[in-house]
Amino acid sequence: MTLIYGLITGILFGFILQRAGILTYEKQVGALRLIDMTVFKLMLSAIIVGSIGIYLFNDLGVIKLSLKATSIGAQVIGGLIFGVGWALLGYCPGISAGALGEGHIDALWGIIGMLFGGAVYAMIYPFMKKYIISIGSYGKISIPQLLELNHWVVIIIFTILMLILFRFFEKKGL
Amino acid sequence: MKNKPWNPYLAGALVGIVLVLSVIIAGQYLGASTTFARGASVIEKALGIDYSKFEYFTTSKGKYGPGSLPNWQLLYVIGIAIGAFIAARLSGTFKINAVPEMWKKKFGSNPVKRGVVAFAGGAIGLIGARLAGGCPTGHGLSGVSQLAVSGFLALAFFVIGAAITARFLYRDGRK
Repeated sequence: MTLIYGLITGILFGFILQRAGILTYEKQVGALRLIDMTVFKLMLSAIIVGSIGIYLFNDLGVIKLSLKATSIGAQVIGGLIFGVGWALLGYCPGISAGALGEGHIDALWGIIGMLFGGAVYAMIYPFMKKYIISIGSYGKISIPQLLELNHWVVIIIFTILMLILFRFFEKKGL
Repeated sequence: MKNKPWNPYLAGALVGIVLVLSVIIAGQYLGASTTFARGASVIEKALGIDYSKFEYFTTSKGKYGPGSLPNWQLLYVIGIAIGAFIAARLSGTFKINAVPEMWKKKFGSNPVKRGVVAFAGGAIGLIGARLAGGCPTGHGLSGVSQLAVSGFLALAFFVIGAAITARFLYRDGRK
């Protein structure tokens, strides 16, 4: 059943992103070149709705949070390396599957590259664990815990900041 | 179905709802990059390579080893391709295309050149994602939605790294 849920979730996700038109290299790299913000508008809107839903149902005891551990070394260095790959390929891992479904053959080369990258990472993991992931390792912490604020305060501030950003995007026609 | 793209804010809100429903119904946060690491271990096993010498594939009860597939996330990633295919066919926007237009204007229409860079980008991207502990879906969407410090940090550096690289690639202006 878990597998079926995965498939259905993926189909919904792929369907929505295709209809929003963000599965193309032009939209992805357009966002990274800061000339077309469609991808960021979609992602940040999803995060606003997601954060409200997740914390609402977490408060109600329906779901559990599943935070990834914070490591400044891993997220800063890994993040920058990921960014280089994202801009070269033009699709992130989830998007590449959708781009292939839409007919972009170059995404398939990216997927094969990702499988290769997964094998390479397994080889270099001991080094990363010892020297990179250990830098600034803080465990599973959230912004509300870090700032000692109620999570709803953080969500409201985040939402307001994003609405200001969206207004800026629309004003500039990005 | 009309060909006009959906409003990105509404589409984003729908994605947010899909995320919340997935967590409520299946207990699964969205993410994609570990599937490729797991996929690599399955391929190594199939090729007869001794994957067990890699700690990454064997620790945490083989979380990333070949035994971890098929799982929720693999089906999710396959589902994204199927969902995109259905939507593209229904809207008449499906088109086989080996070299993106923006790329063509800058780097030409050679599909091999594009394929090599796409492969390299995929490999570099996945190494970065696994080091960071997630991709824009796992860290960005799921992580930031949970207000995780790791999510904000990773998403910020994904975008910084990618924006600098994109600027470098297209440095001669917007052709």
